[in-house]
Amino acid sequence: MEVLIFLALLALGYGVGTHREQSHFRQLQRREYQLRNLSVVSFGAKEALPDDRETTLLVGSVVISSDYFKTFVASLINLVGGRIGVYENLLERGRREAVLRMKEQAVAWGATQVLNVRMETSNINSETRRGLVSIEIIAYGTGIKEKR
Amino acid sequence: MILTTLEGVPGRRIVRHYGLVQGSTIRAKHIGKDILAGLQNIVGGELTGYTELLQEARQESVNRMVKQANQMGANAIVNVRFATSSVAQGAAELLAYGTAVFVE
Repeated sequence: MEVLIFLALLALGYGVGTHREQSHFRQLQRREYQLRNLSVVSFGAKEALPDDRETTLLVGSVVISSDYFKTFVASLINLVGGRIGVYENLLERGRREAVLRMKEQAVAWGATQVLNVRMETSNINSETRRGLVSIEIIAYGTGIKEKR
Repeated sequence: MILTTLEGVPGRRIVRHYGLVQGSTIRAKHIGKDILAGLQNIVGGELTGYTELLQEARQESVNRMVKQANQMGANAIVNVRFATSSVAQGAAELLAYGTAVFVE
């Protein structure tokens, strides 16, 4: 019985998880294409910006979780070591989502550029439940626009 | 209060420097949201409940940082950084820190 439940969860995780991942990647690509003109850089203003600029703090964040199938695969790879491709995909999705949210905020505010972008990743796992992987990713930076 | 991740405020000159300010908050996850998240963990994807929870918490830590800067008499915080860490079972600490300054 337990084996049956395990297999059912594995199948559900694989089916739904893969579908959601693929549609998320497609959506990311579309949104990134729309926002391609906004320049985002990870360096700051070492030299003073002109007076006629306004700035604001922008933060984009997302909490993303692994699925049952990914967690299982990762635990298997853990035995032999090596790259965990399933988690690489997961984190890539999260990071792109966080950056996109920041960029969307920037566009809504009217920014022409986002400077000094930083990214932060942290595990907000509760240790009580084994294998529960939830990761928070934030991207933040300073948006600038011309003063009206 | 001007908040920025840059080292200065564009078009303004920093005239006084008050040093490091920080704000932090520790949030426990809501039990209902935790159960929902447990279910979502089977299929994966974004945990919307947690995203919102942490956004609120981050806002709270920023507010505390701003309050501290206000007490010092600053009118801007430059070089703002964020950090998150899991401190105990099901609890996360959100920290915001920066340098309080006075700009013209």
